[in-house]
Amino acid sequence: MLFGFEWDLSSPLAFAISIMPILLTGMLVTIQAAVLGFAVALVLGLVWAVLKSAPIRLIAWPATVITEFIRDTPLLVQLFFLYYVLPEYGIILPAFMTGALALGIQYSAYTAEVYRAGLQAVPADQHEAARALNLSTARTFTHIVVPQAIPRIVPAMGNYLVSIMKDVPVLSVVTVLEMLNVAKIVGDRTFDYLIPLSLVGGLYLIMTLVASAGVRLLDDWLPKQGIPLK
Amino acid sequence: MTWTDYIPPLLEGAWVTVQLTLYSTVLGAVLAFVFGIGKLSPNWAFKAVSVAYIELFRGTSLLVQLFWLYFALPMAGMAMGIDLRLPPVLAGVLALGLNIGAYGAEVVRGAIAAVHQDQHEAARALNFSPRQTLWTIVIPQAIPEMMPSFGNLAVQNLKDTALVSLISLGDLTFRAEQIRNFTQDSTTIYSMLLVMYFAMALVVTVIMRGLERYASRWRTARS
Amino acid sequence: MTDPIIKFDKVVKRFGDLTVLDELDFEVKRGEKVSIIGPSGSGKSTVLRILMTLEGIQDGMVTVDGEPLWHQQGTNGLEPASEAHLRKMRGRLGMVFQQFNLFPHMTVLRNITEAPVKVLGMSKKDARVRAEELLERVGLADQASKYPHQLSGGQQQRVGIARALAMRPDILLFDEPTSALDPELVGEVLTVIGQLAEEHDLTMLLVTHEMRFAREVSDRVCFFDQGRIREQGAPEDLFTAPTEERTREFLKAVLN
Ligand SMILES: Nc1ncnc2c1ncn2[C@@H]1O[C@H](COP(=O)(O)OP(=O)(O)O)[C@@H](O)[C@H]1O
Ligand SMILES: [Mg+2]
Repeated sequence: MLFGFEWDLSSPLAFAISIMPILLTGMLVTIQAAVLGFAVALVLGLVWAVLKSAPIRLIAWPATVITEFIRDTPLLVQLFFLYYVLPEYGIILPAFMTGALALGIQYSAYTAEVYRAGLQAVPADQHEAARALNLSTARTFTHIVVPQAIPRIVPAMGNYLVSIMKDVPVLSVVTVLEMLNVAKIVGDRTFDYLIPLSLVGGLYLIMTLVASAGVRLLDDWLPKQGIPLK
Repeated sequence: MTWTDYIPPLLEGAWVTVQLTLYSTVLGAVLAFVFGIGKLSPNWAFKAVSVAYIELFRGTSLLVQLFWLYFALPMAGMAMGIDLRLPPVLAGVLALGLNIGAYGAEVVRGAIAAVHQDQHEAARALNFSPRQTLWTIVIPQAIPEMMPSFGNLAVQNLKDTALVSLISLGDLTFRAEQIRNFTQDSTTIYSMLLVMYFAMALVVTVIMRGLERYASRWRTARS
Repeated sequence: MTDPIIKFDKVVKRFGDLTVLDELDFEVKRGEKVSIIGPSGSGKSTVLRILMTLEGIQDGMVTVDGEPLWHQQGTNGLEPASEAHLRKMRGRLGMVFQQFNLFPHMTVLRNITEAPVKVLGMSKKDARVRAEELLERVGLADQASKYPHQLSGGQQQRVGIARALAMRPDILLFDEPTSALDPELVGEVLTVIGQLAEEHDLTMLLVTHEMRFAREVSDRVCFFDQGRIREQGAPEDLFTAPTEERTREFLKAVLN
């Protein structure tokens, strides 16, 4: 029994059906962790992007090195680091929060690049046109650059959300009861790993297919020439 | 124990990580070419298998794949009366290689498809067979296009090897965990661990850049 | 052998709804040098591409050297050509492309030797000797070890010609070989093509906008318009006394 759901070992099919509610409970945690991690990545990535493009070397350089470091080291190790080291400094977070934070930090290195590429892709003549119209730098940014960058940024971010979803099982090592961990526990207790783990694979396929289709729809729906902010 | 005492066991683990990275990257590269080419093949069976492979391994999580190979496959084997228990090293290399190969296959497919139609026509006019066209005309031109993405995938693969510690393979992360359990000196150990992975990633990046330069030397030849 | 080496018999070529060749009849004699002129989009390249087996046909029959190109004898009469048949037929033709289409990852020498070695099974040594001969002929003997991007457009096109000749084709097709070149580089390529035109065995089909050159080298000029040959004849006749209004208009437009 897990989460109050009993499994039925009378036949493989009955077993598969009986553990579905358990796996779906795990899936909910997977989605929650992915969404929270994604939110952290979106915010933190923007911070990196701004710091990296700072005109002052003393700011831009460390930001570049830090994001490179984050990008080149394993999520699992970063997670261990947060999980075991933060408490030594008095920061005690629930495992789920630590996990989402680790996901967000790892992916912030990637989202920073997306922001940068998206903003740089706005052609230079657009900046010149704005200057000719006597728009201030701030207004140029919010009214000209950002609206044009959004359609470039959103689909790439969507793809990272899908990637984050696939990395959530790593959180099982710090006892987060996401889908894979739940399946593993069922396997440990019933001595049948084949059915739970195969089901998890199938559910993952469905999740990523649906999410990818969503990203594609969003991409098609976004006007390529840009979105007015008002 | 001080931090210098951690170095020998960590280096032992690092050596396992290096080997895992090497084997699984090579396996992944082979799979990437086979199924990347397969996805463009006119042979529908080859194409279907390639698409299925790519979708399956890109659509699920690496850790799920690793656990499936290590925990579930033996049971599938048992049901069929075959011994499919894999030693952790084999399960690790297979899972990593299959996973990275699926991403690599998309890179290979994209780079091959990006070779200009003109080149196919020139090859056809000179009577190269489709196979000769692929291997002597198209792929050598596609490889430099693949290399930057392959570089990223190789680093990704290095990072992913950390997951094999979860099936008790004695890689760098596994060794670090052992030391931490023993000494509780989390900050030092994990800092060292991060730095070691970072250093290895830099080495992988340098190697991949070198390969990239080698594969595209015809582009940069000077008059 | 007075049979034509190339024969188009009521050939129809369509791209979707667009009929590019509309029951085209067209013949070329062995060793003949034929220039094809005409407005853009009239189907000139399509004719060459059908011969080079880069494009199939929808109806009619193309014959090369007395053998159907896009068909082959099957048990129940003519069938669509198999890849093996196309391969055999392709060996008789060579093509020089507007954009040169050299292999950028191979040196000039390998561009020329690769097909003779891999396709004809020639030894590397023989292929090399032959390539050096050809490079000499197109005036590039000293460029063998360069990569295409290190050469000028005119030099690249001369390599393209040498590459096609290395396969010893009976028929050589040129699709606007100088259109992609800077004006000052056109001459060197035309000189090479002009020298080739003096070989009487080689059949040449040349799509070009260089009217003066067409007039000098060809035995016959065909004016293409909307997928048909509107007018053809000896260069002196066609260029000095065209009978069709469309030909006159076209010549007036391009000669100015
Ligand atoms: N692959 C193709 N798909 C569709 N239309 C094509 C294709 N190739 C050529 N065409 C069309 O066929 C017509 C004849 O083309 P082409 O033989 O290249 O003309 P030319 O060489 O005389 O300029 C043009 O209208 C062109 O747009
Ligand atoms: Mg043309």
